[in-house]
Amino acid sequence: MTHAIFMHGNTGYVTNDQEIRFGAVIFRPVRVYSRIGFAHVRVIAMRSRALSFATLSAILVAIPFLGAQEPGKKNPFKGPPKGPFPLFKKAPPKVEPVAAKDFNDKPTAEQVKFFEAKIRPVLVEQCQKCHAADSEKIRANLTLDTRDGLRAGGDTGPAIVPGNPAKSLLIDVMTTKDDDRMMPPKKKLPDSVIEDFKTWITMGAPDPRDGAAKAAVKHEIDIEKGKQFWAFQKPKATDAKKSVDDFLAEARTAKGLTTVAPADPVTLVRRLYLDLIGLPPTAEEVEAFVNDKSPDAYAKVVDKLLASPHFGERWGRHWLDVARYGESTGKAVNFNYPHAWRYRDYVIAAFNADKPFDLFVKEQLAGDLLPAKDEKDKAENIVATGFLAIGTKNVNERSRLQFELDLVDEQIDAFSQAFLGITAACARCHDHKFDPIPMKDYYALAGIFRSTETCYGTIRAVQGQHPSALITLPNDGTDDGLKPLSTAELARLEKQLTDLKQELADLQKKSVQDSFLSGNGVRLRIQIPMLESRINLYEKDGTPKRLAMGTRDRFRTMNSPVYQRGEPDKPGEIVSRGFPQVMTDRQPTIRGGSGRLELANWVASKDNPLTARVYVNRVWLHLFGRGIVSTPDNFGTTGTAPSNQALLDHLATRFMADGWSTKTLIKQLVSTDAYKLATTFDAKLHEKDPDNALLWRMTPGRLDAEVIRDSLLAVSGNLDRTPLKGSPAHANGEGYAIPRGRQLFGGPPADESRRSVYLTQIRDNPPESLALFDAADPNLIVGDRTNTTVPSQALFLMNNPFVIRQAEAVGSKLVAKLGSDSQRVREAYRIVYGRTPTAKEQEKAEEFVRKYGAKHTRRDTWTAFAQALFGSAEFLMRN
Amino acid sequence: MLDSSFIVHPSSFWSRRRILQSTSSGFGYLAFAALAQQAAARDAANPLAPKAPHFPAKAKRVIFLCMEGAPSHVDTFDHKPKLTADDGKSYSGGRGRLFGGKLLGSPWKFTKHGQSGLAISELFPEVAKHADKLCVLNGMHTDIPNHPQAFLQMHCGLFQFPRPSLGSWVLYGLGTANENLPGFVTISPPNNNGGPANYDSNFLPAIYQGTKIGGGFGGAYGGGSAGVSNIKNPRQSTKDQREQLDFVQSLNKNALAKTGENPVVDGLIESYELAFRMQAELPKTLDVSGESKKTLESYGITGGGGDGGRFGGGALGGRRGGGGTDGFGRQCLMARRLVEAGVRFVEITKGGWDQHRNLKEDLANNCESVDKPIAGLLQDLDQRGLLKDTLVVWGGEFGRTPYAQGTDGRDHNAKGYTMWMAGGGVKGGHAHGRTDDYGHEAVDGKVHIHDWHATMLHLLGLDHEKLTYRHAGRDFRLTDVKGNVVKEIVA
Repeated sequence: MTHAIFMHGNTGYVTNDQEIRFGAVIFRPVRVYSRIGFAHVRVIAMRSRALSFATLSAILVAIPFLGAQEPGKKNPFKGPPKGPFPLFKKAPPKVEPVAAKDFNDKPTAEQVKFFEAKIRPVLVEQCQKCHAADSEKIRANLTLDTRDGLRAGGDTGPAIVPGNPAKSLLIDVMTTKDDDRMMPPKKKLPDSVIEDFKTWITMGAPDPRDGAAKAAVKHEIDIEKGKQFWAFQKPKATDAKKSVDDFLAEARTAKGLTTVAPADPVTLVRRLYLDLIGLPPTAEEVEAFVNDKSPDAYAKVVDKLLASPHFGERWGRHWLDVARYGESTGKAVNFNYPHAWRYRDYVIAAFNADKPFDLFVKEQLAGDLLPAKDEKDKAENIVATGFLAIGTKNVNERSRLQFELDLVDEQIDAFSQAFLGITAACARCHDHKFDPIPMKDYYALAGIFRSTETCYGTIRAVQGQHPSALITLPNDGTDDGLKPLSTAELARLEKQLTDLKQELADLQKKSVQDSFLSGNGVRLRIQIPMLESRINLYEKDGTPKRLAMGTRDRFRTMNSPVYQRGEPDKPGEIVSRGFPQVMTDRQPTIRGGSGRLELANWVASKDNPLTARVYVNRVWLHLFGRGIVSTPDNFGTTGTAPSNQALLDHLATRFMADGWSTKTLIKQLVSTDAYKLATTFDAKLHEKDPDNALLWRMTPGRLDAEVIRDSLLAVSGNLDRTPLKGSPAHANGEGYAIPRGRQLFGGPPADESRRSVYLTQIRDNPPESLALFDAADPNLIVGDRTNTTVPSQALFLMNNPFVIRQAEAVGSKLVAKLGSDSQRVREAYRIVYGRTPTAKEQEKAEEFVRKYGAKHTRRDTWTAFAQALFGSAEFLMRN
Repeated sequence: MLDSSFIVHPSSFWSRRRILQSTSSGFGYLAFAALAQQAAARDAANPLAPKAPHFPAKAKRVIFLCMEGAPSHVDTFDHKPKLTADDGKSYSGGRGRLFGGKLLGSPWKFTKHGQSGLAISELFPEVAKHADKLCVLNGMHTDIPNHPQAFLQMHCGLFQFPRPSLGSWVLYGLGTANENLPGFVTISPPNNNGGPANYDSNFLPAIYQGTKIGGGFGGAYGGGSAGVSNIKNPRQSTKDQREQLDFVQSLNKNALAKTGENPVVDGLIESYELAFRMQAELPKTLDVSGESKKTLESYGITGGGGDGGRFGGGALGGRRGGGGTDGFGRQCLMARRLVEAGVRFVEITKGGWDQHRNLKEDLANNCESVDKPIAGLLQDLDQRGLLKDTLVVWGGEFGRTPYAQGTDGRDHNAKGYTMWMAGGGVKGGHAHGRTDDYGHEAVDGKVHIHDWHATMLHLLGLDHEKLTYRHAGRDFRLTDVKGNVVKEIVA
């Protein structure tokens, strides 16, 4: 008898008391938890009379890979592949087939009596609250109040197989141990009642009741009807000569609205800087604009800002919101993504280069499949597909199939909302309740992503069960911010690793059980893979490897089955890969490959009714504070209708005609009269259009989180304007994510004085300075941030050391450089607001300084003054 | 006409009115009627203003005593005489046989307590004195016998991904009675097992997220620190800060005068006042030093560590550490002070219940460190007349196996375990549901975690099917598509 124990590093859900026989081998899942901090281990034991320890171990190592059985493929284990992890599932009880019997339509008087006495009352009392024609809500489309209804069954098929209680769903749900399926819910019927039902079904379910079943309103998706919805029809170009302002004026006139006056030039230029590059203008920049009397003064500033490298940092961040950019897996067990930052840099560079948006889309969905002119181009295309790889993942999921389906679901969710503004992921478990997207369409998309290998990294370790490969990029000598290791350093790490491994081996020799269960054993099993992953960041000579997250086509492509209710153990009809029917008249011909390239071309095509509209709406939203469609991630029937569809279509068609250029679009929008309006409140206009949907003024709002933080750094002079190379998450390797500010290897975060877009984005551990001000949660696709004004923000501005440090920097400058208080007030206004104070402001400020200064040092006084300016609406708002 | 929220929420009316008066120059162009109307509109728009429940509520607020790590039910509140009788016998249920298959009878004696005769083990002698207040749910079960998932599911309803936390839903549904304090407070929550996701508002607006006190990672650059984030200025005195703030507000009023009515600036002005009041009131509320010696003693606060101003994890008792009632006693007392001051949902945490080994010693230590504090809390709430509408809830993310792991430990068990409730409209001295003879699986009166959520919301006057929030094109609920109210336990 040989025994083998295998640590599976798995703490997933295990149905516990099964035993799996595979020839002479018996598997038993044993879960023994040992715990140090966040770590658990699971152990699988097996024994065999015939096999050697080595063979047993080999089988055990293979176990995780045997989990995902494709439907139809022969399973080496007996029984149908019922569960996501067939190894640990009991074979279903065998039911002897019984010849089907017809329904008993000629019941005897005795049988009718039986029905009336034993069956009908139960149906009425226990079932018909939810399963009758007059139920408030008919569940599962099943009605039991008429004979026809009962016999027809519901969503899950016929309720009764006459003559065969064991095969009848009705009996199954009455007797199941599965709480979710049990009927009536929560209270099992007495056994005697269930026996009665069995008897009755054996009789052929005699049912004297009359009346046709009232057809439950069945939710059928009508694709052709769905295509009539505005968003699924191609945008139509209207009068090309009309300008954006013409469209707006028309709409306003129809509602009897006028506009407020234009903004003053100081306000306007500040607005432009904040919107385009996310940093406030300096006083000199404001003055230069105000004093430039040439007719193209405004256009010059616009062009200058569009050409600034900070433009990409600002507009790239908008895209990163939608792309749910994060540097760790998130979910219950958080693993690091040390290479995610490459995607961040790709996005920033794409906006700076004004990459045509259709190409931008294609690269993110299928960059690896696009032709490349050189190695650099190739690398860029691969990094772009990081879009599909950086999503959240539950690396602690037990079943490989479940993990795969979840990963694909996350990709479908992200791509459909980000590019198409639809919530296709709703159709994973049921036909979309609101939009014309049947489950089949979802699984047609799923086939494309299931034929794709997603490379996201992570390591196999305690609670980490689904590591994947990463993609090696050509080494073109660019600096990734990761310092090369000296050979001595590398040798030291390798020695450390050898020692740890030796320690584990020793422990194992002493007690195999302890090597898994004891605190020491678990510690070693965490430290070893983490150290390995760190060493793996480098080549043998100590130069950092260039690795990227991304996708590539699988060798074997596949069409996915529709999984009933989204459950991996319920594969149904297999559907060909394709696109949502309601958005296309032509399904793709996929010749070899996953179909991702075809998908990318379709999404980025002028024929796609949504892509351009969704994108121009996003740009509009960032400039005007509210989308023409105010639900930017949902253009479906549950989203809101466009406030001005003609305008939206005009912008979309023109955008495509202009070569999908973001910068051209932005220039077009900021050049409108509407953009230049003041934010002045007007009670009469407000009454007619309280949401300012028709832009009778510019909507005022609080600055975005990043803009607040960046502005603080900018005015204090502490901002390091150079882009951050790499990410602090990079050096930490692929193990468990290190909480922000808790770096493995000491020192303040390298990103502290950089622009906020470069701050490490460990999921569920966001930088406080951003999270407090409604920065996008990297777990979600965020097209439109919430914009709250809450006390925790005020506390941050009043008390946080970061804010005080910036105020101190301004205060010190004022004290050091200038002689009089009035000069200092003037300069403070110029530094923080980019303008000089009015006489009244000057006076009030000096009064504060005089009073406060009476009790404090000069430095503290001016620090307090600067901090006060930071806390004011003028600094925190965009007018 | 004035909005009804004025009537139910006088404190906010007055505070707002004060602000309006002090900013009247900025509103000068508005007639008083318009001003009142706008204030009303703002009040209605105030997401934290108290809201009427769906139906009359039994409970107005919640204290959740979260036992992270999953305490053993068969050694505490689920008496299993047959398990004791069969101690040492082999057991083939679950994975029992793989540990040698030995049933482990509880090493502790159970006795009947109170008029109700509720059986409670000797590990909880003090709580047992309040047996007639407890409503014990012996038929609890959950989906995943694994800490991270189960802990998340207990807080957010789903184990697959984070969703708004229970406390956030409650705050969203009911608002809060004291605008000077956060409406949802969590004291020393764990960083693992989903960490902040367990008290996050997720897709609900940020204003509903839990405010963390103590716990978490500290560190010079860390966001999390001991105490409440940014609650105290490191240099300025309150008086200096008020002076500075007055200047800030004068700048803001100027801005308001310039552009006319502007809810964002209004909100900003108000948020400063609120923050300023919160910064004074929250530490005061949390400062237990003014409590009588008798009260402190009743909570088991012996004076070891922690002063009024510091609420670090240390002062509140190590989450993992056993022994010593001081830390958890402080948490309990703070919880009482917070709910008394009008906070809607308070969660306090005691970790370290994961007794795979050292059951006899560690479980006893753990119980000792929470027993007196909990008893003190129940008694104090009762004496102050707060218990009748404060729902106190106790429990962990799942229970433990009746069979032994090693010789002195128990494994995870999600199939059957116990949580209890007290006050807030539940039946006292009542046991609902039961597990099988060994305490392995819930067999009767089963309460799934969704049901538990539905029931708590029900007690708070909220219909779990109606408490929805529209996100990504559909209406979300705490209970997803599940949950049944356990009506049997409602008094």
